[in-house]
Amino acid sequence: MGIAVQNVNKTFGDFKALDDVTLDVPDGSLTALLGPSGSGKSTLLRLIAGLEEADSGTVLLNGEDVTHVSVQDRGIGFVFQHYAAFKHMTVRDNIAFGLTIRKTPKDQIRARVKELIRLVQLNGMAHRYPSQLSGGQRQRMALARALAAQPNLLLLDEPFGALDAKVRKELREWLRNLHEEVPVTTIFVTHDQEEAMDVAQQIVVMNQGKIEQVGEPKELYENPKTEFVMGFVGEVNRLGDALIRPHDLDLSLTPIEGGEEANVERVSHLGFEVRVELSLANGDHAWAQVTRKEDEELQLTEGVSVYARPSRARKFQGAEAQGDDGASAEELQVA
Amino acid sequence: MTVPRLSQLGIRSVVLFYLTFLLLLPVAMVFYRAFEDGFGVAWDTVTSEQGIHALQLTLTTVAIAVPLNTIFGVLAALVLVRQNFRGKAILNSLIDIPFAISPVVIGLSLVLLYGPRDTAVGQWFFQHGILIIFSTPGIVIACIFVSLPFVVREVVPVLHEIGDEQEQAAKTLGANWWQTFRRVTLPAIRWGVTYGVVISTARVLGEFGAVSVVSGKVIGETETLPLFVRQQFETFNGAGGYASALVLAVLALLTLVLMNLINRRKEN
Repeated sequence: MGIAVQNVNKTFGDFKALDDVTLDVPDGSLTALLGPSGSGKSTLLRLIAGLEEADSGTVLLNGEDVTHVSVQDRGIGFVFQHYAAFKHMTVRDNIAFGLTIRKTPKDQIRARVKELIRLVQLNGMAHRYPSQLSGGQRQRMALARALAAQPNLLLLDEPFGALDAKVRKELREWLRNLHEEVPVTTIFVTHDQEEAMDVAQQIVVMNQGKIEQVGEPKELYENPKTEFVMGFVGEVNRLGDALIRPHDLDLSLTPIEGGEEANVERVSHLGFEVRVELSLANGDHAWAQVTRKEDEELQLTEGVSVYARPSRARKFQGAEAQGDDGASAEELQVA
Repeated sequence: MTVPRLSQLGIRSVVLFYLTFLLLLPVAMVFYRAFEDGFGVAWDTVTSEQGIHALQLTLTTVAIAVPLNTIFGVLAALVLVRQNFRGKAILNSLIDIPFAISPVVIGLSLVLLYGPRDTAVGQWFFQHGILIIFSTPGIVIACIFVSLPFVVREVVPVLHEIGDEQEQAAKTLGANWWQTFRRVTLPAIRWGVTYGVVISTARVLGEFGAVSVVSGKVIGETETLPLFVRQQFETFNGAGGYASALVLAVLALLTLVLMNLINRRKEN
């Protein structure tokens, strides 16, 4: 189901959670809402679900205006950060809840629950209570519960936020596979840019109640439209008014054209990458990400003088002062 | 933090001493005195026409007041925890009024409002031939008043603790208000409601002050079991009084056991 959000505003007291937000989500896509806390991403998700009502603006699901349709009648599946498991029900009853409410015949419920338990890999746990499951298992149960009544739209609010790093990574991959298997339009909220880039086909970057940019992961990384996006989806150095990714800073021991002299302050070996912290002649600090091979060739140690030259840099104008409309990005090709 | 062995024993002794002299011994004395002169007097008093009537009136009062306060209590708790509105703090304090006011004052206030003389409300009932004060409705109203906060105060913290995510989840799965309440909220607050019902029942069974003001103490008419107990002492039937008091205690215990059984069965 395609989603269209048009000119939506939402305030909580004095706090403007969503500021004239307009967004299109194509049918069958896997979209991430990415942003820092307080950026409005969860509010936007809850508004699409019908758990919050907009102060003004319109929400369309499949072309139909659902702005004033209740959450019960939107045909969505919602997954909460803290699972929201029904604690007094078994795994089976949790998953069957939506079907029981819809008075689905018992044999159909049984078949569907069985199918979902297999899909979310909770075989043999149908009769357990949520308290007897691990966090990852609870979240998979919550997903099965949301999928049971075959929603048109699957919404996930920081679904992996409460899980430890390893389980998180597993579930990410699993969500991507699930979306291939069950290609329902899916939107998930996250503040983790790596998670968004790893899982989503399309990322919506939000900041201060506004959408900064919408695009594919690679597009956002390569062509950020605002300074905020560039800083949020990856690491950046600031040299003068140019922003440079640490891997776009070339180092040389001999003077090179366009290179600036810098002093190596610290070298950290982080496995596959080496992090070189520099202090520049004008007092600025920056860091370069180099490969182990480059590091071996250069033999960098603390106190060595090098020449740093950006191979790629970006400049943004008015991004902070004028908001996203006035911002313009310019790519500087140096090398 | 580990408390040294000796002071642990000390604390335990204080608690046990306190309980023994203020709770256990007095209740044991009631048991002893009830049957001191044999089973006969006790049985005769409890099963006398007047005694049976008092028991019936008390049970009727419980059967009306407790369900009403349970429904009101759960609704009030939902409003207090799940809704935000101006004046919520005032509503919250209003509910505690019965805790703060002496039962005698409660009784008097009801006589003033519902009695035939002082207010339009009382006159309206009087003109329509409905007797409230010195009659069963007055007793029921008095009992509702005194036991009103118990269910609310038991359910509110439980609602806070469970949060509203489960209820939101039920809604996203298509459940309407009633389905959400019955399938998700109610099972989650079940124990809170149970304790509220048990305490309310015990309070209504034993209420003396407010009831004695509004009932007019008409023997065999508006006499509840606690009033009957008092009357037995006033007529020097000590054993009968103790026996009737025991009936009250047993009724309260039965409520506790019954509610526990109901919850156990629901869990299976």
